Amino acid sequence: MIFNKTGTLENTGTKFNWRDYTTLIGFIALFLIATIMGWPYFLRSRNLITLLRQISYTGIIALGMTLIIISGGFDLSVGSMTAFAGGVAIFAMNTFGPDSGFGVLAAILTAIVFATFLGAFNGFLITKWKIAPFIATLGTMSIYRSLVIYFAQAGNIESVNQRYGRIGSGVFLGLPIPVWMFFAIAAVLHVFLNHTRTGRYLCAVGANEQVARFSAIKVNLIRFIPYVITGFTVGVSAMLWSSRLNSMNPSDCAGYELDAIAAVVIGGTPMTGGRGSIIGTVIGAIMLGIINNMLVLAGVSSYLQQAAKGVVIIVAVLLQYKK
Amino acid sequence: MAEQAILEVQAISKEFSGVRVLNSINLPIHRGEILGLIGENGAGKSTLIKIINGIYTPTEGSLTLNGEEVQIRDAHSAKSLGIAMVPQEFNLVDSLNVFENIFLGSEPRRKNGLLDKAKMRARSKELLDRLETDISVEAKISTLSVAEKQMVEVSKAMIHDAKILIFDEPTTTLTQHEINILFDLMNRLRDDGVTMIFVSHKLKEVKTLCDRVAVLRDGDLVDVSTIDEIDEQMMAQKMVGRELTAIFPDKADPESDEVVLSVKDLSVDGKLDSVSLNLKKGEILGLAGLVGAGRTELAEAVMGLRRKQSGRVSIYGKEIAINNPRTAIDNKLGYISEDRQGRGIHTDFDLLANTTLISLKDYQNVLLDKKKIRETTEKYVDLFNTKTSSLKKELQYLSGGNQQKVYLSKWMDTNPEILILDEPTRGIDINAKSEIYQFINGLTDQGFSLIVISSELEEIIGLCTRVYVLREGKIAGELAGDHINEEEIMFYATGVKVMEQI
Repeated sequence: MIFNKTGTLENTGTKFNWRDYTTLIGFIALFLIATIMGWPYFLRSRNLITLLRQISYTGIIALGMTLIIISGGFDLSVGSMTAFAGGVAIFAMNTFGPDSGFGVLAAILTAIVFATFLGAFNGFLITKWKIAPFIATLGTMSIYRSLVIYFAQAGNIESVNQRYGRIGSGVFLGLPIPVWMFFAIAAVLHVFLNHTRTGRYLCAVGANEQVARFSAIKVNLIRFIPYVITGFTVGVSAMLWSSRLNSMNPSDCAGYELDAIAAVVIGGTPMTGGRGSIIGTVIGAIMLGIINNMLVLAGVSSYLQQAAKGVVIIVAVLLQYKK
Repeated sequence: MAEQAILEVQAISKEFSGVRVLNSINLPIHRGEILGLIGENGAGKSTLIKIINGIYTPTEGSLTLNGEEVQIRDAHSAKSLGIAMVPQEFNLVDSLNVFENIFLGSEPRRKNGLLDKAKMRARSKELLDRLETDISVEAKISTLSVAEKQMVEVSKAMIHDAKILIFDEPTTTLTQHEINILFDLMNRLRDDGVTMIFVSHKLKEVKTLCDRVAVLRDGDLVDVSTIDEIDEQMMAQKMVGRELTAIFPDKADPESDEVVLSVKDLSVDGKLDSVSLNLKKGEILGLAGLVGAGRTELAEAVMGLRRKQSGRVSIYGKEIAINNPRTAIDNKLGYISEDRQGRGIHTDFDLLANTTLISLKDYQNVLLDKKKIRETTEKYVDLFNTKTSSLKKELQYLSGGNQQKVYLSKWMDTNPEILILDEPTRGIDINAKSEIYQFINGLTDQGFSLIVISSELEEIIGLCTRVYVLREGKIAGELAGDHINEEEIMFYATGVKVMEQI
């Protein structure tokens, strides 16, 4: 069973329902089209690996975003959060001096812990102060971005540590480290969503908050958790991105939130929450990568790539919800 | 008073998806009278007035206004025919002022297409003057008292020079003083020649205010009397008075006097006023009362789902501070809500996920034990004889009765000993009802203690060995044995009789 129609349940019936598989069917179709149109370059492993590397940064964030959306929430701040956490991480590393091993460790921990904290702050605004997720994270999106720009004095935050760059550009068993991280976190969160109590509570709260409350579920805590997890995934992504460039530009990672949400939606998780699939999000993120890759190979203007992405999002949603 | 019908309801019937809720109603409404319309919950009162007001179209029958048959397609066309309703829940926009609300949806315009505010102000003033109130037409709705808002609603209903006004339970949210103001107003309107229909649960008010009373029961018009011919007791008897069917198991008094749950002086802001009760081991205790009497609020407060203003809850003699449902569950309490789909079950989850949602802790080692979840769900499907093609069926595809069985399973799996069942058979068919009654009764043999909240009197009478009647947030009476009958319950519920605890 690859494809969970709902996060909590296995496939619902014995009858084959193609709607449960729209993401997978779409993925296969898109892959074939790309293979034909991009022949022979698309299928070359170099190209595919580059493609995976490109999508892994937003893909990792999209995994956390999937949980937020399942729980009935939303997060616009992840792009700003990535830049902020990445910048702070490099700053922390530089205090250890050039090429310090402790500095690298400090950068990794700082990125992850700091971003987790920023995610928790979002969750706090939403569950404690009852601010609508869209508004709360619209606010923090602005705040986080502004702080990192101020912090960097509008310039680049350059690393003085050459060893840090090895994480983001490193390769293990033929695959880049960011891609490994993407798949590893996806596996963990897939199990979390489908095989743990908290995962099921996420769906329960997202599907009907009142029923969840009457079922003695701590609704506020459950709504809080995915923001923290998303903070964590943002931290990993920030670490990988800042390491890859070995610097952080405060205007980097703008629009990550939209790519992440697009991957979730294309992956079949409805914006209304209550159910969803981590594997779907992985496929959704890869599909976005294929589209970009295809357009680049076909020599289409990069200005049109966003339009293509928009069309795919709308088509994906139409296929999934039209009854 | 002229005995001439301004509006005649002729052989009106109404069905909702095959279920007949009104059965060939013939009711002439006399010019210039106040007609009381009474009946139990679900007797068809609201359906009837909604047909008169054009919100529903009747399945059969017709309406005759001033001797001519009329088709009332919607509330708007009712208004232009001079029929208007003052709704139970106010439809006023808080942020707008009085005259804007009065003309909401029927604003006069000037030739240039802009609103004719001068005309709106003048006409609003005229209407409010007629009601002899001194509310300013410029006042914001949010600054008005409940009674004043009602005046605005009445004015709003009268803008098209209404000849027939329908009041749908207008006094439920009013204080006694405000009720007096409303009744003065209605009397003045009657003197002015306006015909009124007064829908109410409060029989005493009907007796004071109305000229005639029509009684509905199960969709039938069972009685129309002039007010001198009928008193409150007779009204209550006519509202109920139906045979009990044999779907109920035999009742048995509890064997022990041990109190398992006791509630002392429980108050909830605006809903409950110092309610005390106790539940004995093995007992089925009924909580009766009209909608809004505070029964559900009582259950929710006990379960820690609603803030208690004051009061103590003791379980097996030990006082316990229950501030969240988890504490209640840990102390062997369970609560089946009246709102099955809104609060009880996840309709887009399957039986497995629903059945084990509250007790999910018991199914987690590190990961969820899906085999154990399946076994438990199967056990309850067998126990309740739940009809489903698969355990993975989403609950939205199950009938109401089967959904209710899954809902019961979900709570049974928390191993409760004290269960509060709120409208346990609402919206389910007679067979499932009977099965659930048997199950409820069987629970007492296993040492369970139950509180049954129901608006269906026959359910209370058929199941319970002791009954508390709530009225307006207070215990109005306690009944046991032969005293548990429809008349007695109605007397207490409607305030004809008060407090006589045994």
